[in-house]
Amino acid sequence: MPELAAEAAPGPHDHHHPALQHHFVDLGQQREAAALGMWVFIAQEVLFFGGLFAAYTVYRHQYPAAFSAGSHHLSWKIGFANTLVLIGSSLTMALAVYSAAIGKKIRVVGFILATILLGSVFLGVKYFEYREKIAPCLGDGPHAGCLVPGDRFDASALHLTGAEGGHAQIFFSLYFGMTGLHALHMIIGVPILLTIATMAGRGRFSPEYHTPVEMVGLYWHFVDIIWIFLFPLLYLIGAH
Amino acid sequence: MSEHHVVSWRVYLAVFAALCVLTVITVAVTGYDFGPLNLIVALAVAITKASLVVLFFMHARYSPKLTGVVIASSIAFFLILVFLTLTDYLSRPWPLTAAG
Repeated sequence: MPELAAEAAPGPHDHHHPALQHHFVDLGQQREAAALGMWVFIAQEVLFFGGLFAAYTVYRHQYPAAFSAGSHHLSWKIGFANTLVLIGSSLTMALAVYSAAIGKKIRVVGFILATILLGSVFLGVKYFEYREKIAPCLGDGPHAGCLVPGDRFDASALHLTGAEGGHAQIFFSLYFGMTGLHALHMIIGVPILLTIATMAGRGRFSPEYHTPVEMVGLYWHFVDIIWIFLFPLLYLIGAH
Repeated sequence: MSEHHVVSWRVYLAVFAALCVLTVITVAVTGYDFGPLNLIVALAVAITKASLVVLFFMHARYSPKLTGVVIASSIAFFLILVFLTLTDYLSRPWPLTAAG
């Protein structure tokens, strides 16, 4: 057996995929463990957003008129366009995972960058929506059109008076809280996507191992789902 | 264990098209006043869209049963959160007072 004797001593990464952690039996088990962990994280996220959805349910039930007036002031056209943009970013994310599964490295990078681009468009639109409501609150003098809850809140912009104006402030508290937490998730998602795109560009993934692409995909799709509920609940209350 | 289901890109395009159509539907129904039914329709469309994303984009359809258990329990606990909150709020006088 001269050939065998001439072989170097076996190293820790011989005979298995370099991405395989040693405490897993194989890449399949490792991938399932990662996916389960990600799904448990998402389950936690559902309850994280769940508190806001529960608060929304209670207050919308109590103040339907103020919620309707607040909702009608939001531009459903902008919300509609942004919904399509975000759904589009979910499509490019799904195609990035698909490209990784069939080993198309350049396409993985391209689709992730497209996802980031569409996500940035969404956030850019959100910025202008926020600015329209926040800008009138700044500075001295009249604050006509200010829709930030507080002393400067302008209920007359919603054609509301008295207590209804106060109730509308609750709608806008929930509007900023829910869309803000959603936008924060997207802002956190962008650098993660950039990291994964860089790893993909360096050839770290293959049809056998591309779990990180799949996991960031799960996160991005979850954020899409939150918006799928926010859009009708905030922008489309009642008949328009 | 290591079976890895690769879904055709055509499935993703079909899901995307369905999501766009459902988004148009959810906007279109606000042109009609169905009273409380508007909210029911809006939620039904949103739940359908979310299900499409979970099943196809997030591969839940092709995932182990344990993934389904986690998804089902997250929905169940969210419903418990909302349901128990409402049993409290809906059985008290409104507005709540300090003596409440």
